[in-house]
Amino acid sequence: MIAPLQTVSHSAPRPGSTGQPFLKLDGIDKTFMRGGTSTNVLKDINLVIGNGEYVSIIGHSGCGKSTLLNLIAGLTPVTSGAVLLEGQEVNEPGPERAVVFQNHSLLPWLTVYENVTLAVDKVFRGIKSKSERHEWALHNLGLVNMLHAKDRRPSEISGGMKQRVGIARALAMEPKVLLLDEPFGALDALTRAQLQDSVMEIHARLGNTVIMITHDVDEAVLLSDRIVMMTNGPSATIGEVLDIKIERPRKRLDLVDDHTYVRARAAVLEFLYARHKAPGLEAAE
Amino acid sequence: MQHLAVREPLVATPAGALPSTVASLVEADTRMTGKPKPAAPATVASTVSPTGDLRPNAAMRFVQWLGTDVVPPLLVVLALLLIWELACASPQSSLPAPTKIWAEAKDLILDPFFVAGPQDIGLGWRVLTSLQRVAIGFGLAAIVGIALGALVGQSQWAMRGLDPIFQVLRTVPPLAWLPISLAAFRDANPSAIFVIFITAIWPVIINTAVGIRNIPQDYRNVAQVLRLNQLEFFWRIMVPAAAPYMFTGLRIGIGLSWLAIVAAEMLTGGVGIGFFIWDAWNSSRLSDIVVALVYIGVVGFVLDRLVAWVGQIATRGTAAS
Repeated sequence: MIAPLQTVSHSAPRPGSTGQPFLKLDGIDKTFMRGGTSTNVLKDINLVIGNGEYVSIIGHSGCGKSTLLNLIAGLTPVTSGAVLLEGQEVNEPGPERAVVFQNHSLLPWLTVYENVTLAVDKVFRGIKSKSERHEWALHNLGLVNMLHAKDRRPSEISGGMKQRVGIARALAMEPKVLLLDEPFGALDALTRAQLQDSVMEIHARLGNTVIMITHDVDEAVLLSDRIVMMTNGPSATIGEVLDIKIERPRKRLDLVDDHTYVRARAAVLEFLYARHKAPGLEAAE
Repeated sequence: MQHLAVREPLVATPAGALPSTVASLVEADTRMTGKPKPAAPATVASTVSPTGDLRPNAAMRFVQWLGTDVVPPLLVVLALLLIWELACASPQSSLPAPTKIWAEAKDLILDPFFVAGPQDIGLGWRVLTSLQRVAIGFGLAAIVGIALGALVGQSQWAMRGLDPIFQVLRTVPPLAWLPISLAAFRDANPSAIFVIFITAIWPVIINTAVGIRNIPQDYRNVAQVLRLNQLEFFWRIMVPAAAPYMFTGLRIGIGLSWLAIVAAEMLTGGVGIGFFIWDAWNSSRLSDIVVALVYIGVVGFVLDRLVAWVGQIATRGTAAS
């Protein structure tokens, strides 16, 4: 059932990525030192991600999946090992690895449009003209269907809309890798489904490489080319990697009875709840 | 933030939570109760609703405002003046009664801007001179205070090194600085300005630092992903995010400045309102002192409201979503 790692066919290699892996996590260890005690959160993480791939990272709470995303983003330094993007070591955050934060992290004193232009102006100053940057900000707001609210402030729009703006802001940086940190976690089920569809559509249209943290099995199977399953911490590591060989575009209603979908879902559930139960659940039994 | 906030009595929560004056409490109360009901939609307007006929127009609102915000304080002031008049009515009274003040200091009350000689000028001029000193001293305190507050808020090292010094220095009373600043500047005017500066700067520093410590990690992450440089981070993230705290500090600072200037001017002399009081005391013009006190109170109130108003405009939309 667990397929070996494969390069994904639908990704068009970008110029410059000759031979070397697009994104490589190479023997990553992360230990937090706090007040004299050290906690080894992640141990020996090895993963290769191809250009244009959609990879989900799933695991129980506290398994260090958010830490892993922060390591890739460069927000947290690795203890040992390396994150290599197109052969270059990542050691600081940057717009080529744009993050969509779990709680949207929009700046409340700026309008929706200004939140996006803050990113656009920073990344494309000197590359695009002022009017081009304006167009580009509007274009990205259009991608997430938020043009109608461009002059509103974050406090005046709903949680789902905020998350859309967060995605627009990240997309507007034209990132090599889009990092999603439980992007739909705080949303109600209907809004979540809408946003998932939007993200799938954008991924199909732009072909970005996406790494998404999630704890939602259905979401992972629906969106991903591959699901990376984490063992429980401390010293969490990659337990298994599951290929989801479902044709795109995927329609959530068609997948309900789809054989591959059901089997993939079962595999993830089995990993999470039979072989790597949350520590709390084990104690309860 | 925790270190600073816990042992810092000067720190208030952002502007809105300042200890409000009675007036603003009354104001808030009327805003809640006296607010006109939203107009009924056109379709239901024909049916007589209980509130439909009572839609207040501008004139009614004005009358209401008079009734709630103007009449009560006016009545209280009149009552106090009456009590004062009765208490000081006897010829042996050590303090002047309101009628006596009116008779003796009518020129000061009626014309703030007369000029009758080098030392015989209206209180308006004197207040302006004092305000000029406050403007310079407080302006410097605002700039330096926000910069130092940003440093202490951003850097753990600066905080460890500077915070104990700040905590000690801020307890030094304003006038205790005066002799040393007179010695340093050898002139009354810069010394008075320095006293204002050193009085107003501490709440600005401390509140700014708390505000910056309170900037959510999320905003810092956004700034890092965008690779904002120090200057961009300061203007685009730090100032707007910490602005409510900064204005709380500035508001406390302007109040302290105004407290300090009067005392400092009493000692340094010159043209200010503080020296006027001292001078009046020395020539036993008690009525003049009372008028000057009213001037000082009104100007202090206006200064406080001015900073609060600027803060309200500057921090619009800064409140967390």
